[in-house]
Amino acid sequence: MHVGVDVGGTNTDAVLVDGGRIIASHKTPTSTDIGSGIGRAIRRVLDSAACRPAALSSIMLGTTQFTNAFVERRRLTPVGVIRLALPSTTAIRPMVDWPPDLKAAIGDHVALLPGGYEIDGREIAALDEDGVRRAARGFAKAAIQSIVLSTVNAPIRRQMEDRAASIVAEELPGAAVTQSAEIGRIGMVERENAAIMNASLAGLAQNVVSSMRKSLQALGIEAPFFLSQNDGTLMTVDRVARFPVLTFASGPTNSMRGAAMLSGLKDAIVVDIGGTTTDIGCLDAGFPRESSVAVDIGGVRTNFRMPDIISIGIGGGSIVRSANGAVTVGPDSVGHQLTQRALVFGGNVLTATDIIVAAGKADIGDRARVKDVPPAVVEAAMQQIHDRIEEAVDRMKASREPVPVIAVGGGSILLQRKLAGTSETVIPPQYAVANAMGAAASQVGGEVDRVFSYEALGRDQALAQAKREAIGNAEAAGAAPGTIEIMDVEELPLAYVPGGAVRLRAKAVGNLPIDLGGQPISDTAVAD
Amino acid sequence: MQITANDLDDLACGSTFLGCGGGGDPYLGCLALRQQLGDEGAVEVISLDSLGDDALVVPIAFIGAPTAFIEKLITLDAARIALTRMEELLGRKADAVMVAELGGVQTTIPMVVAAEAGLPVVDADGIGRAFPQVQMTTFGINGIPVTPLVAVDAHGECVIIEAKDNLRAEHYARGVCTSMGFQATSSLYSMRGVEAKRVSVPGTVSQCLKVGRAIRGRNDEDGGPFGRLIRSFDGSLYGGARILFDGRIDDLSRQTRRGWAVGELKLVAFGDESQRMTIEFQNELLLARTGAQIRAIVPDLICILDRETADPIPVERLKYGQRVKVVAAGCVSQLRTPKALEVVGPAAFGLEHSFVPLEALP
Repeated sequence: MHVGVDVGGTNTDAVLVDGGRIIASHKTPTSTDIGSGIGRAIRRVLDSAACRPAALSSIMLGTTQFTNAFVERRRLTPVGVIRLALPSTTAIRPMVDWPPDLKAAIGDHVALLPGGYEIDGREIAALDEDGVRRAARGFAKAAIQSIVLSTVNAPIRRQMEDRAASIVAEELPGAAVTQSAEIGRIGMVERENAAIMNASLAGLAQNVVSSMRKSLQALGIEAPFFLSQNDGTLMTVDRVARFPVLTFASGPTNSMRGAAMLSGLKDAIVVDIGGTTTDIGCLDAGFPRESSVAVDIGGVRTNFRMPDIISIGIGGGSIVRSANGAVTVGPDSVGHQLTQRALVFGGNVLTATDIIVAAGKADIGDRARVKDVPPAVVEAAMQQIHDRIEEAVDRMKASREPVPVIAVGGGSILLQRKLAGTSETVIPPQYAVANAMGAAASQVGGEVDRVFSYEALGRDQALAQAKREAIGNAEAAGAAPGTIEIMDVEELPLAYVPGGAVRLRAKAVGNLPIDLGGQPISDTAVAD
Repeated sequence: MQITANDLDDLACGSTFLGCGGGGDPYLGCLALRQQLGDEGAVEVISLDSLGDDALVVPIAFIGAPTAFIEKLITLDAARIALTRMEELLGRKADAVMVAELGGVQTTIPMVVAAEAGLPVVDADGIGRAFPQVQMTTFGINGIPVTPLVAVDAHGECVIIEAKDNLRAEHYARGVCTSMGFQATSSLYSMRGVEAKRVSVPGTVSQCLKVGRAIRGRNDEDGGPFGRLIRSFDGSLYGGARILFDGRIDDLSRQTRRGWAVGELKLVAFGDESQRMTIEFQNELLLARTGAQIRAIVPDLICILDRETADPIPVERLKYGQRVKVVAAGCVSQLRTPKALEVVGPAAFGLEHSFVPLEALP
């Protein structure tokens, strides 16, 4: 048995899962310290199933806390950036197009130093060790405790970055150091951006992980716990403390994976209706289809693997207005104040939830409080809600073929009519906790992304090597050997580079063993 | 006309379209220009006609591998030296900088050079689109030697190439660029104003802006991005634009052949799987056909765009499953002469087919 938890902006959901099915679930408001809300949700879920903490094999958590903090510029840590690249890259400094409010939150502490590698592995310039020391000391003087190392072609060769990181560790013991080679993929600016974003979350990550560990400890839970990362696979808590940026897409990813698990459908459109927005994504063989365009997060360009999602301003709390015969729904919403401000809950705002109750399609709150809403308004609002969701679903579809729709999220009651172009609408009974289910159903993955020489190795050997490395990485992340499959292979030949150089990306995914002998949390000392 | 920080996204978008998917990542080119300009700065863009006959015009081009570029980015000193070393060679200061060929970063790097040197950029270029080899320009087709070519690496080291034959110059430049870490900022095809006026394609920089503004909906026009895009070609030196296909990428194969990223992609229409299109590319898109029927062929422009936003997709970002529209536009008429077609027509890319203008195709 294991527990899946989703820590959203408003609510924390927990599900107890046994044999792939939900036995119990609970929803509670998200606490400011994160941990208390998690503890509460897990306790309730264990109690309602009369399950002892010792019977749990693992806890899987998904959270949008880090994304939210970054996007809202809350609780960010000032960052010092050391880029090893001179004499190259001078026309594009670190963070050159970052929004001003973000730079205000993390500062503009940048040191450009000689170094980096050509794409064939030669050094652009030798590492200037004294320069690294000077930069580190400068950051120390400015009380910076989170450092980024960014290097040209780090994914191809990381020795220089490793050496620089150890110098920084000598000068600033205890500082958080983010190495670009660990974060990401080919593409200097996007990788450096991701590393800086990661470093800016260092303080929050420590606090959140510490709070999570404490709550689980207080519950007497010794099972290992993991967090979902962007692609729907899991990572250990230690890894999250160092790489919070890898959780950025886990919210939408988990809701889509949860929808797949709860419905049993592998190819479908997922419509996740929340309080303010509806996110529409596409499931392809059980996994969310990835966005092919560069992903902007909080105004910063990244190249994370993120689900391809369309977000529209329709949710359970969307405010409905009627003027001169025209009815509008949203985009503004009462959000998490639904239970105070909606008509059916005694408030005075006409919301989408009120409309559905007035139409007799749901029994929530006090039905009598919406009996005076004009039927024409109810009809027009219902139509608009469905038209807009229908249009977004059509944009998401890969072809004209009708596809099933899976509706999840607390606002699923809004979906009351058939959507054109769809074969059926499935609302699983546990629609409100699909995110937590997605977290519980996560797999573990490993990825490889670097340049191979086809001339030196031959294509078959290079592909085999990349796949082996990806499988090895998946195993290192905790996947059970024998369950690991190659999920994706991408080849990008490098134009103009002799030697048949090809950039190979391979991804392997496997199952977490149920009785994983992971690190019991009570053994780990975490500084407050 | 001036280009400021506010214009950069439009410029990037339009450059990618006219670059037919090639020319390198436009976002990075714009970042460099954004850094150069800051909030207040501007690049002066002057019309081709306004050049004095005796003015010295120095085109700038970035020679390199797109995947090396997205790591090594751009070196300011290299860009500056490409201009100043050429001035030393020719014994005089430049009066204007020119974009050698449009596309991706090729549109903005000359602007970075110009802004830094306090020089204007000419509203013109040497081809009106992107092409992978330096001899493929209206400059070269009309007898302007590509050399002296100054190639500068990230360390500021120069290699100066002098060759009578432009195709050989391309081979040497490619070799030099490789040894420079697959990246060289270069000045080439230096001309006097009177020559530039004779051989350049006018108005192409402003056409980049016009196309970008149309796609991004910043031109106060109604209608979706595709309608606006098509209309942005009315009254230009280009032929008309039209949508050739609407569907998704069903198959994509790429391989390295003779140093280029060569490949083929297959599209399938929505709702009718029997309707298919095949597109061949060699960095830029070259040929679109349905079965044996050619629908567009180089030097006419072909671009693949996101079917919702009309965002042009660089060739290296094409992926299986993307939902796209294919748009073609007639190239500028200078590229359709027999002399031009020898250099930039299908034969120059090893294609068996002859050129047929877009407007004559179904």
